[in-house]
Amino acid sequence: MSAPTPEPIAMSQSDHASNQVASEPVTDLWGLAAQFTTPAAIYDAASKVRSAGYRWFDCHVPFPVHGLDKAMGVQYTILPVIVFFGGMTGTMLAIFLQVFTNSLELNLWAIVPVVGYQFEVSGKPLISAPAFVPVMFELTVLLSALTTVGGMLFLNKLPCLYHPILKSRKMKRITDDRFVLVIEAADPQFSRSKTEAFLESLDPERIVELEA
Amino acid sequence: MHAAPHDDLRLRGLGPAAMIGGGLVGLAGLAATVGIDGISGSTIFWKSWLFGFMLTQAICLGALFFVILQHATKAGWSVTVRRPAEAIAANLQWTWLLFVPILVLVWSGKGAVLFQWCDAQYMHSDHVLEGKLGYLNPTFWSIRAIVYLGVWALLARFYRSQSIAQDSSGDLSHTMRMQWWAPISIVLYGLTQTFASIDWIMAIQPKWFSTMFGVYWFAVSCTGFFATAIVLLSILRGCGYGAGSFSREHFHDLGKLLFAFGVVFWAYIGYSQYMLIWYANIPIETEWFVPRQLGPWFFVSWILILGHFALPFVLLITRWTKRFRNVLVMIAIWMVAMFIVDVYWLLMPMVPEEALAHAESWAQLQSEVSAGTLDLGWNLSILNFTALIGAFGLLVCGTFFFLGRASLAPTSDPRLSEALAFENF
Repeated sequence: MSAPTPEPIAMSQSDHASNQVASEPVTDLWGLAAQFTTPAAIYDAASKVRSAGYRWFDCHVPFPVHGLDKAMGVQYTILPVIVFFGGMTGTMLAIFLQVFTNSLELNLWAIVPVVGYQFEVSGKPLISAPAFVPVMFELTVLLSALTTVGGMLFLNKLPCLYHPILKSRKMKRITDDRFVLVIEAADPQFSRSKTEAFLESLDPERIVELEA
Repeated sequence: MHAAPHDDLRLRGLGPAAMIGGGLVGLAGLAATVGIDGISGSTIFWKSWLFGFMLTQAICLGALFFVILQHATKAGWSVTVRRPAEAIAANLQWTWLLFVPILVLVWSGKGAVLFQWCDAQYMHSDHVLEGKLGYLNPTFWSIRAIVYLGVWALLARFYRSQSIAQDSSGDLSHTMRMQWWAPISIVLYGLTQTFASIDWIMAIQPKWFSTMFGVYWFAVSCTGFFATAIVLLSILRGCGYGAGSFSREHFHDLGKLLFAFGVVFWAYIGYSQYMLIWYANIPIETEWFVPRQLGPWFFVSWILILGHFALPFVLLITRWTKRFRNVLVMIAIWMVAMFIVDVYWLLMPMVPEEALAHAESWAQLQSEVSAGTLDLGWNLSILNFTALIGAFGLLVCGTFFFLGRASLAPTSDPRLSEALAFENF
């Protein structure tokens, strides 16, 4: 991989430079990016790309565009289901931990006696459910919270050390005032020429080939 | 500006029909309660009456809390469901009438059939009880009751009348005034609601006390309100009202509130109260849970744990059950039933002090229960049901009366457009 040639930051000049680079075809193609100038345009484009049957595509916008996820046909997340089982794991773990440590009594290889913390507290039985509930509650909440954060990061494909779209200097304006739709080469329907022609029909400002 | 269609926001046939029907059923229920008992003044009659009264108070107080909360937080999403809540809370303007007989009972000198503290001899028999005489005496008790009922009636009237006045004037000052009063109202609400639960439920057993009781009663009233609100709004939608003003999104949020307050918060508070008493194991505190773990009450307690917490927790935790009105309303009806069982469970069980004093062991109490010699206050009387029907009938009557007198949504509220555009992510 050759070091990217430094490009001037000024947008008008970089636009000029990009036309030069685009003439050399990218060998390791990751996807085709179409750049739009308004939220309405990308909203429109997203629903057209979706109805054209593409599944591996994403939109990169400088601020939340309301309804864009619906236009893209993004499915409702599976995260709550994962969190439910995460929470249940916490409950089970708490029950196991407390029953085990409170009532443990065994002989390892019939030689080493192992006894748990068998403390009698105010005459209650060693295994008394009401005393276990606070820990069950706390561990349920803890594991639910950790599963939520961890699951969210995982479902967002983190850790992701770099994203191909950030590699391209031509995509810098997605953090400012441009709206970019990328169809990935991994899409089963993707074909370099056909997809490019299709994107051209959406009337973007320009189309950029992204290197993996 | 106001996108809500106005034609379906006025109750037409449904209003008078529900009002007359509810009123007749309610009066018949109360008349039957009095008639069957023949005004003998038995404990079971007065407990049934208190049961009916507390059911109405719980639902109306939950509604009042909801209305004040929306102003205190300047909520936008709830504007279109606030009017029905205002109508339920407005019943607080007349439900004090149901309290008058209890007030008369306490002053007639026969109050001991319901509240043991009315018996002066009993109160002087024990050091602990003597110390409570400054709080539990007819004069102070009555003054407090009048303050609670007065504050609730005024708050319910204030928030409803301001909101309705805004419908015609469109004046922003009504919203500003309600918001200015909301924090003060919340404090007033919290204090009156807490002390009312102490005076009217906890004081049934004057020796017993629980510092969590007021919060528990708050959880009970939230369950009652959010469940009935979902049922009421669903009936309105089913009869063709409010299609343009409250949607699936609003039902979804009410479902969340029912889940949060009526299921999780209720269980959290109920368990916390139980655990502290269970761990300390002091007779003066455990006497309240003893009858609730014996005989038939043992099963009622388990019905509450499973039916008021475990089952609705699993049902309401997923997103889709809250988003389909037909599913949500079935769960809400179930929660109304559980709320009634809960209030019944709070009021009825009681074990005689002598029996507790003489009991050597838990096993002895259990054998006394199976022998049928121990009175646990388990008396499923027809009076319980007539009082229940009477209370709910009158509540339906009052609610539809207030609903019919104004638009079903605050059409000039400054946050109306926010509520109409509301969407859950």
